[in-house]
Amino acid sequence: MSDSENFPIDVFPETEEMDLRPGADSCYKCSACDTSCPVAEVDDDFPGPKFQGPEQWRLKRKEDTSVDESVMKCSNCMRCDGACPSGVPLSQMHNTARAEYVSEEMSMLSTEYWRNRILANYGTLARIGSKVPRLTNFVMGNSLVQQVNEKFLGITAEREFPEFATETFVEWFEKRGGSTVQSEDKRVAYFHGDYANYNTPEVAKALVRVFEHYGYEVAVPDQRCSGTPMFANGMMDDARRAAKFNVETFHNLVEDGYDIVCSCTSCSMALRQEYPELFTFDGTAEVAAHTYEALEYLRIYEDVEGDLKGAKPNFPNLAYHAPCHARNQGLDGQAVNLFSELDGLEVTDVGDSCSGISGTYGWKEENYDTSMKIGEEMFEHMEDAPGETGLTECPTCAMQMGHGSGYEIRHPLEVVESALVN
Amino acid sequence: MIESDVLVVGGGLAGGTAALSAAREGADVRLVSHKESTLRHASGLIDVLGYHDGTLLADPFSAVGDMPEGHPYERVGSAAVEAGLDLFDEVAGDLYAGSHTTKNALVPTHGGTVKPTARYPASVAPGLASDDGEMLLVGFETLTDFDAPLAADHLQNAGVPFEVRGVTARFPMLRADAKITRYAKVLDTDEKGIRSQLVEAIEPHLGDATRVGFPAVLGHDHPARVREALADALGADVFEVPSGPPSLPGMRLEDVLFAVLREAGVTIETGNPVVGFEASDGRIDHVAVKRTHQRVPYFADEFVLATGGLVGKGITTSREGVREPVFDLHVPHPENRYDWFEDEAFGDHPFARFGVAVDTDLRPLDGSGAVEYANLRAAGGVLGGADFAAEKSGSGISLATGRVAGRRAAQS
Ligand SMILES: Cc1cc2nc3c(=O)[nH]c(=O)nc-3n(C[C@H](O)[C@H](O)[C@H](O)COP(=O)(O)OP(=O)(O)OC[C@H]3O[C@@H](n4cnc5c(N)ncnc54)[C@H](O)[C@@H]3O)c2cc1C
Ligand code: SF4
Ligand code: SF4
Repeated sequence: MSDSENFPIDVFPETEEMDLRPGADSCYKCSACDTSCPVAEVDDDFPGPKFQGPEQWRLKRKEDTSVDESVMKCSNCMRCDGACPSGVPLSQMHNTARAEYVSEEMSMLSTEYWRNRILANYGTLARIGSKVPRLTNFVMGNSLVQQVNEKFLGITAEREFPEFATETFVEWFEKRGGSTVQSEDKRVAYFHGDYANYNTPEVAKALVRVFEHYGYEVAVPDQRCSGTPMFANGMMDDARRAAKFNVETFHNLVEDGYDIVCSCTSCSMALRQEYPELFTFDGTAEVAAHTYEALEYLRIYEDVEGDLKGAKPNFPNLAYHAPCHARNQGLDGQAVNLFSELDGLEVTDVGDSCSGISGTYGWKEENYDTSMKIGEEMFEHMEDAPGETGLTECPTCAMQMGHGSGYEIRHPLEVVESALVN
Repeated sequence: MIESDVLVVGGGLAGGTAALSAAREGADVRLVSHKESTLRHASGLIDVLGYHDGTLLADPFSAVGDMPEGHPYERVGSAAVEAGLDLFDEVAGDLYAGSHTTKNALVPTHGGTVKPTARYPASVAPGLASDDGEMLLVGFETLTDFDAPLAADHLQNAGVPFEVRGVTARFPMLRADAKITRYAKVLDTDEKGIRSQLVEAIEPHLGDATRVGFPAVLGHDHPARVREALADALGADVFEVPSGPPSLPGMRLEDVLFAVLREAGVTIETGNPVVGFEASDGRIDHVAVKRTHQRVPYFADEFVLATGGLVGKGITTSREGVREPVFDLHVPHPENRYDWFEDEAFGDHPFARFGVAVDTDLRPLDGSGAVEYANLRAAGGVLGGADFAAEKSGSGISLATGRVAGRRAAQS
């Protein structure tokens, strides 16, 4: 290749539209996306994002081919989006292709379909399981049950199911009588998602207390799963139902002057990027435009940076991992920067690799090894970091961090709560 | 409220250099970049000046001082170019070579030409054309970008002072469409003893060669270890032939630069573009960063624009003309777009020099030659007046102007 070819110049770029075709057409095959893909780095069977996105799209337009099954190996980490210099909507293409593959190619009678459907609808299971948390924890923690899950469902026996809290976040919130702050002009609606509600209510409580500390009225409306695990499994009908419910609920609140905050970076990603890419319900755009990650919101509207300087939370040194979905929202440096001037502890970034679990991906028996291979780099860096407690915004990254290191994993909001709220 | 002393827009070599230089002056610095760094696409070679008026330069500094008015090197002066390189040498450390001389090195490229460059990855060093050891180039069937026999023929015909042969081998274990990051990963971890498998595949072709060149996939995290293991087993020096994009040497450079930036306390945010700004009294007050849908203000005392040129979209063209999209800065260009191009494909196209014009303090100038904003400077590919590709000056300009812009911003 000559050097002039190294400098591809699009002198008259086409105007951009919200249709995938110009997106596919603007791919100039630089392969930057391929080099950012954590799955392609460890699995050479996986043809990579450039194929999954623009190439497959072009192929399908020319001839009537079906979606290649390799799309199911994509973990939906969305790293390729952040790498493409040309704005090709890669993850949107993957989500669309995956949905088509599942509805056209995958048998609804297959174990794989039902396993994926079960994993994708974790929230429904959790709702039932959390009614009898101790029993569920006991059953799911039973190694025989885990073997059965692996054999009949293809859910890896290597991982421990997350424990259910004995009191859900919503139960706690209702019991305390809702928000302790009333305000006309400072109000946020909390999208907690399923995990913070059923499994880590301490994170959700931290969010409420931190926002109340800053004088916000916090609303906690009835809500469904954000849809993240459904997109990743191509369960688009399930995702649409959940998204429709969420958009209607939160749109009403936005109209009443609420902004939406999330504690999970995949949930904020879903509401602000995936919903408008995939759905057109009334209010989708408004919901997207008013959604923030919780700490991001406080950085913009409050002086949380100044308040944390010199504050002394009751926490040991921490090893922080930035979830891929946080990276995509430009939030990867946030926690470490915000916490850099805390008193009495050090927060270390464990590097820019993917944790490897990507939601339900690493739960599948066939992906377990790949998932651990991707995670290796993070585990090594955790080992090298001075902290022996992990820190991350994403519940499934937290599972992977805990699984690979044995560390306890906390959420940045818990650190802020400890630093600012007494 | 998000604020810092200095805000750098753009995360390529120029933006990174500016941010580091400002941080070293004691400023609180934030770097905002839309996409992952463009360094990962670049070849990893650090060109300062390879050609002047079409002639290959043995010593870039013989001509750096002779650039026409308005060229970025003329704006900052040749001492600034040297200082930029010194900064680079310190950041790149063992990863790079070439700092022992002011002369250009001649690096064989994957097309079989030799390219003049000032600094090159250590992994490339044993392949320099100035050495006279017999050379074997190894390509892989699965990495079609590098045709080793063809590149060897080209090199031989170009009159290099050594024997060079090329072979195409099969890379053990990996499937046809494995990505370059996959090659690097298996070599880094020596998965399934891949290094010895590779050596076995190459040994029969070795002959009297004292150095063996591979496509640039020899490891991502541990390139020195990979090369050393292969060299020991082959009994010959091992080097990489730069190629891409995308490029592992570029990714390795990105890794060290960003690690140094973090160590220096620079706050780095990638993923969101800067889309607008507010100014009053001839100063930028804040820029607007687009975070999916919201436009969030980022305040700072001083701003550095390092968004790259036509390739990085730091300069955009349309039928209406040429513009700088973030601050809507003036970009000098002929009215008639038929005057942007020469007739010959490889002619001296004016569009290659499009970019913002600046004063000697690197502050962008408007159409009348007046400073646009007192607290805005520009660096790197976004600057006009240089034809990076033809001069082979891309990285040198980014280092020299990035350093000056960063320091002046911090000192203001
Ligand atoms: C394929 C390729 C090969 C190259 N090969 C060589 C070589 O062999 N030798 C050599 O010396 N140089 C080479 N270069 C050039 C060199 O690497 C740099 O590109 C050059 O020095 C310009 O650097 P820069 O930092 O000014 O711009 P860029 O590297 O283009 O970086 C611009 C940055 O700004 C960001 N950005 C753009 N718009 C916005 C916005 N609105 N908001 C926020 N961020 C924004 C981009 O995401 C990007 O990170 C090559 C470049 C490329 C692309
Ligand atoms: S979403 Fe992640 S796993 Fe899927 S193709 Fe993109 S980078 Fe690879
Ligand atoms: S990064 Fe974007 S332009 Fe490059 S190959 Fe991938 S999709 Fe195409």
